[in-house]
Amino acid sequence: MDTQETGGTGVATYIVDAVVALLVMLLGGVVIYGSQKLGSDWGSDGPGAGYFPFYIGLILVISGAGVLYQALAGKKRNTDIFVDREQLVRVLSVLLPAAVYVGGIQLIGIYVASAIYIALFMVILGKYSWVKSVAAALVVNVLFFMMFEVWFKVPLHKGAYDLLSGLGY
Amino acid sequence: MEEINSLFQGFAVVMTPTNFLLMMVGIILGVLIGVLPGLGGANGVAILLPLTFSMNPTSAIVMLSCIYWGALFGGAITSVLFNIPGEPWSVATTFDGYPMAQQGRAGEALAGAFTSSFIGAFVAVVMITFLAPLVAKFALKFGPPEFFSVYLLTFCSFVGMGKGSPFKILASMAIGFGLAAVGMDTVTGQLRLTFGIHELMRGFDFLIAVIGLFGIGEILLSMEEGLAFSGKSARIDAKVVLQTWKKLPAYWATSLRGSLIGIWMGITPGGATPASFMSYGVAKKMSKNGAKFGTGELEGVVAPETAAHAAGTSALLPMLALGIPGSPTAAVLLGGLLIWGLQPGPLLFVEQKDFVWGLIASMYLGNLVGLLVVLTTVPLFASILRIPFSIIAPVIIVICAIGAYTVHNAMLDIWFMLLFGVVGYVFKKLDYPLAPLVLALVLGDKAEDAFRQAMLVSQGDLSIMFSNGLVGGITTLALLMLFWPLISKVIALVKAPKQDEFAAERPVD
Repeated sequence: MDTQETGGTGVATYIVDAVVALLVMLLGGVVIYGSQKLGSDWGSDGPGAGYFPFYIGLILVISGAGVLYQALAGKKRNTDIFVDREQLVRVLSVLLPAAVYVGGIQLIGIYVASAIYIALFMVILGKYSWVKSVAAALVVNVLFFMMFEVWFKVPLHKGAYDLLSGLGY
Repeated sequence: MEEINSLFQGFAVVMTPTNFLLMMVGIILGVLIGVLPGLGGANGVAILLPLTFSMNPTSAIVMLSCIYWGALFGGAITSVLFNIPGEPWSVATTFDGYPMAQQGRAGEALAGAFTSSFIGAFVAVVMITFLAPLVAKFALKFGPPEFFSVYLLTFCSFVGMGKGSPFKILASMAIGFGLAAVGMDTVTGQLRLTFGIHELMRGFDFLIAVIGLFGIGEILLSMEEGLAFSGKSARIDAKVVLQTWKKLPAYWATSLRGSLIGIWMGITPGGATPASFMSYGVAKKMSKNGAKFGTGELEGVVAPETAAHAAGTSALLPMLALGIPGSPTAAVLLGGLLIWGLQPGPLLFVEQKDFVWGLIASMYLGNLVGLLVVLTTVPLFASILRIPFSIIAPVIIVICAIGAYTVHNAMLDIWFMLLFGVVGYVFKKLDYPLAPLVLALVLGDKAEDAFRQAMLVSQGDLSIMFSNGLVGGITTLALLMLFWPLISKVIALVKAPKQDEFAAERPVD
């Protein structure tokens, strides 16, 4: 993905690259720590439970270090902007509502949360009229409800407060 | 001709009305999945997998593999009409496909793409029919060290054949192995790396990872670009198809080369994308019209499509014969086998004859049906892409959430899906390949078992990996692949490297 629009401001790609590399190394450290606690060496009856993960952790740390070196010290340091402000706003305008939506599933179940999510997404981001959005949301969710609960008999998450309990599914 | 007999038995298994119906449903769903942004072969199959839990395995694999063929066909539609590759291996198809659409020859480009896809797949299936039983028979002699060396070769070839930083490929792979280790240890029964969190006991399911990485990640990427589709319209009628078919025999050499490149690259993992580029490059060099490539040459559509489909199809060979998938989608199908209670690997050809040959027979039929379906329904699918993104995006996120939930009926999985989505977005932007991560997550436990068994046999002595010619040969090849980035640098010092002209366009996958 190229993000070479001029005029945008934001963090350079190589910095994000380096941060992710550090996270990979951190993950490797966690794996090594966890597997050493399990016993990463040879037990009485063969390799311990942490024997294999230990090496995985080691590879994570080494490869993380390699990426870090390439990101910061390499000749081809990528100074393009990772995301500019406008792109970041667009991505977050999908990601944050999606997080709220998943929280909603936990509370009021998949069907109700999905209907509200689709309707609001269309109204706010798609600039559709309320009537159209609500209609589309209802159609999609009634379809899903029929497909999962009625036809395939795969019950989905109803949430802590089941608003559809009256339907008997 | 034992294979031919088995194959006809397979046809008998598959040719029931129910299976035929499932085949049609699979193809149509697959093309839909291939056309929609954010849904591709791997996560489409992953989302639909839970619906097949109650089916018998043969019907289930027939439907799921047809979804895969459908998605392979569907990728070409978006490449030609919208200049948006639906899948990484369709990138090379846009080079000549989109210019043809701009000149009003979209119908010809699509008919050519679909037909050559079919030819590529057909050649690859013929190869699978005769080669897979041989490989399986050979692999029956494998012990743990041999199996581990094959796993090693699988993962090392990602490093050797991949594009971009080898460290990123390694990191992606190790993250997959690390996630696979979380949860119950298969040998000692200990809980590993859960850090006291009870819900992690189940471990990370690769289906969740696939749905998040490829589905949510793709939606975020599309959103970043503020997608506004502006496509060319296409009508395919019998006349255009027949005219195109008249031209195709002239490109027989390109098709054959494409198929062979595809088969060769498809058996090694992560092959479809490099195969399509290699085939395009070779065709450009060998063709009389090579200079005109990129301006709308039919041959430039034929070459990458044949190779991509041949590779996509032959990726199923190692999955069937060895239990080692060659692509993320094959990995998801392999996960399906485990869920339906089948043990993938060489024994499958002995113990589940009906299943294996039913699947192979369905590859022949599915691709034929797929060709007919896509040729007749292109306008319908092209119109789906005209539905605005602000309707499609939330619906796809809802579908992904439902898909993630149905895997284990666990709420936490939906949160993991979202997390994997963010990881997928960042990794895609930083050119981390995602296929090694998914494959490592699927194969992690089995690779580890093979390694531990091999180590038990030798009491921790690594030299067992070189104990006989076979295992030593595979291990040496694997190490060669692993250090290929270094070796090629050394070679470049001695000899000036030849320029790879499509290096910039080829995506990391």
